[in-house]
Amino acid sequence: MKPATPAHSTPLINVLIQSATFDVAAQTQLLESALDDRRVNRGALASFTGSVRASETGLSGSDDATSYGELLALDIEHYPAMTKSTIEAIALAASQRWSFLGCRVIHRVGRLAVGEPIVLVLVASSHRKEAFAACEYILDYLKTAAPFWKKAIFEHGEQWVDAKATDTDALDKWSPTAL
Amino acid sequence: MIKLVFFARLREQLGLREHRVALSEKLTIQALVEHLIASDDGSNSSNTNCQWLLLASDEIVVAKNQQVVARDVLVEDGDELAFFPPVTGG
Repeated sequence: MKPATPAHSTPLINVLIQSATFDVAAQTQLLESALDDRRVNRGALASFTGSVRASETGLSGSDDATSYGELLALDIEHYPAMTKSTIEAIALAASQRWSFLGCRVIHRVGRLAVGEPIVLVLVASSHRKEAFAACEYILDYLKTAAPFWKKAIFEHGEQWVDAKATDTDALDKWSPTAL
Repeated sequence: MIKLVFFARLREQLGLREHRVALSEKLTIQALVEHLIASDDGSNSSNTNCQWLLLASDEIVVAKNQQVVARDVLVEDGDELAFFPPVTGG
């Protein structure tokens, strides 16, 4: 393999919004082979997968929520014109802070049953530090800036999930760099 | 025309996905919301209160042409304004 060339100093950024599920191994392979086509010196890959929990926090009026019975699924709505560009901007901001080689982000929309994967963030770099940091940064900003909304679907009712202050607080660790 | 789009809980509360407004001059988002509230005749509202008051809430985020903006930003013909609750993805 040839050494990295300056022509590929911009990282590969792929963002997909889809209703279909994803396979982490297959997605990892897609990212790695795309990077190998660029003949870059990859040596680390951080991967985060978020899934639908069996019990969702962030539900207001929890008395209602308990009488709704078991949580079955989440309905994820988004703003199609804005979602992809927002995540791409977040990934680009991350790449200006840590030099990574490529990232692949998938966020699912529509109805997702408990246990199903929702979001995938893959970041490849030459060394581990950049991959770990950029992966967490992308996810933290995605959660607070990308226009997705979750509605919890129970056996006997449904309820919009409220935004969590802890998600906004999570951004503090990245300050003073703001998106 | 300015296209207004609504999402999630706000979309359900309004009973609307989108709404178009004709403007003869540039207005701030704040002024546009006040204009909607003032001109509401209740005919397209499912309840007795003015539905557009929902847009005035501090909690509601506004994006102009797919970028989150403050409410003192000007809007003009052809802009798309999105109103939505705080996001909950990831």
